[in-house]
Amino acid sequence: MTNRERDAQDEPFVIGRLRHLGRLTLNVFGKLGRGAFFLFWTLLGSREVLTRPGLLIVQLHSVGVLSVLLIAISGLFVGMVLALQGYTVLSDYGAEQTLGYMVAASLVRELGPVVSALLFAGRAGSALAAEIGLMKATEQLSGMEMMAVDPIKRIIAPRFFAGFLSMPLLAALFSTVGIIGGYLIGVDMLGVDEGAFWSRMQAGIDFDEDIVNGVIKSVVFGFVVTWIALFEGYDAVATAEGVSRATTRTVVHSAFAILALDFVLTALMFGDF
Amino acid sequence: MKEACGRESLVAIRDLTFFRESRMIFDGVSLDIPVGKITAIMGPSGTGKTTLLRLIGGQLRPDGGSVSVDGQIVHALRSHQLYSLRKRIGMLFQSGALLTDLDVFENVAFPLREHTRLPESLIRSLVLMKLQAVGLRGARHLMPSELSGGMARRVALARAIALDPMMIMYDEPFAGQDPISLGVLVQLIRNLNEALGLTSIIVSHDVHETASIADYIYVISQGKVVGHGTPDAIIRSDSEWVQQFFKGLPDGPVHFHYPAREYAEDLYAS
Repeated sequence: MTNRERDAQDEPFVIGRLRHLGRLTLNVFGKLGRGAFFLFWTLLGSREVLTRPGLLIVQLHSVGVLSVLLIAISGLFVGMVLALQGYTVLSDYGAEQTLGYMVAASLVRELGPVVSALLFAGRAGSALAAEIGLMKATEQLSGMEMMAVDPIKRIIAPRFFAGFLSMPLLAALFSTVGIIGGYLIGVDMLGVDEGAFWSRMQAGIDFDEDIVNGVIKSVVFGFVVTWIALFEGYDAVATAEGVSRATTRTVVHSAFAILALDFVLTALMFGDF
Repeated sequence: MKEACGRESLVAIRDLTFFRESRMIFDGVSLDIPVGKITAIMGPSGTGKTTLLRLIGGQLRPDGGSVSVDGQIVHALRSHQLYSLRKRIGMLFQSGALLTDLDVFENVAFPLREHTRLPESLIRSLVLMKLQAVGLRGARHLMPSELSGGMARRVALARAIALDPMMIMYDEPFAGQDPISLGVLVQLIRNLNEALGLTSIIVSHDVHETASIADYIYVISQGKVVGHGTPDAIIRSDSEWVQQFFKGLPDGPVHFHYPAREYAEDLYAS
């Protein structure tokens, strides 16, 4: 029995709880600190990415291109559901001609950035965390350090920028395919006038208000999800269980971060205060 | 820096103390690694032998004492100085630590591509020479997942010598190897050390293989150096502990039973 365990047995319950709370708080702040330093070193490593674009291109493929199919199919279905649901509500008020506007605004402002970021966290984020965590567990990161190669510059930075750059493009793809899905259901199936569908959309969507804000959101989400995924992998305990926990935490923390940040950003962009 | 017997030492460790959280790993360890020799650091599992290699490579910082390599205090170096020192040190990890997304050829070429601007034809020749040295020139197109444990270690060895280092550190090179791979590795370590004029540090608990190639052995237990000398001197040592370790006796100063209360008392306790 260690001294700590012996002490823990003698102390009153309240002290034990307090000790537990203290340790938890220290862990949380410790992790936040490590995360911040990690981000700092990653951003400093960006020079390596600029001088060796080959590293970035490989990662753009595995992080971005390989997510395209998932994002496109999901976008299509989300757009189709939006059109179905929107049509039933709008037709009650005789406003089914604004269906195009409604589908496009929902996608560009909210669903495009948010849903594609959630999918991105599940597809690319978990893969990044597992990859980095396994590289750590199999001493590949350590081995690189001993070969005088900085893993932050060589491994982390290219992945970070790949995620950061892919996310807005994937969100744009999601919205675009979603609008096509809305068109297929709204115009081809439900019989909304094609001209009205597009012209209302064109008149209603504002470039600065809607599109730029949507892009800002997806940039922020891309930044945060990739940061969480890479940090969780890098900070993982180097065991099978540690890597699995890191992967799970990546998806859970990313989802929370995306939804909470979405609220904050929406309030800042569209809130009247 | 001169060792007691007058040979020049490449690595000098003085009064090293190191804690992992509150657990003491090293408690005043001092040792010298002579130039051009194979020095073994032996001890039971969990004595921090790998930690010692990480301290020498500057991946960990000591809590007390000093570690110097080639006259430079490792933990006082700035990061670019540390990186240029590491280019002159090869390390063979227990798992091989090959990059799993690259094939054998690219793994060996990795340090060359990262640190040099050599033309592709020269990189190819260098990599093939290093692979020839470990007998795996024909395996250059295989992926790390297609290699056996012994082959992976040989590839890692080829990679470790890619930049022609002054020193190689081997972390448990013999652990979990079949007799043939074992023989191959023992011979490779010996031959490379002589042919390339290296200095080698082997961390191991495989008594016979290590004793057969080491010039000098340090035995570490519970954070201290409990014995050192040439393999013959160590095997003849009168330390009970060293005798238990080298003969693999189940009981001795290191007890078979984990500390517990009396057996009978424990059985009758309800």
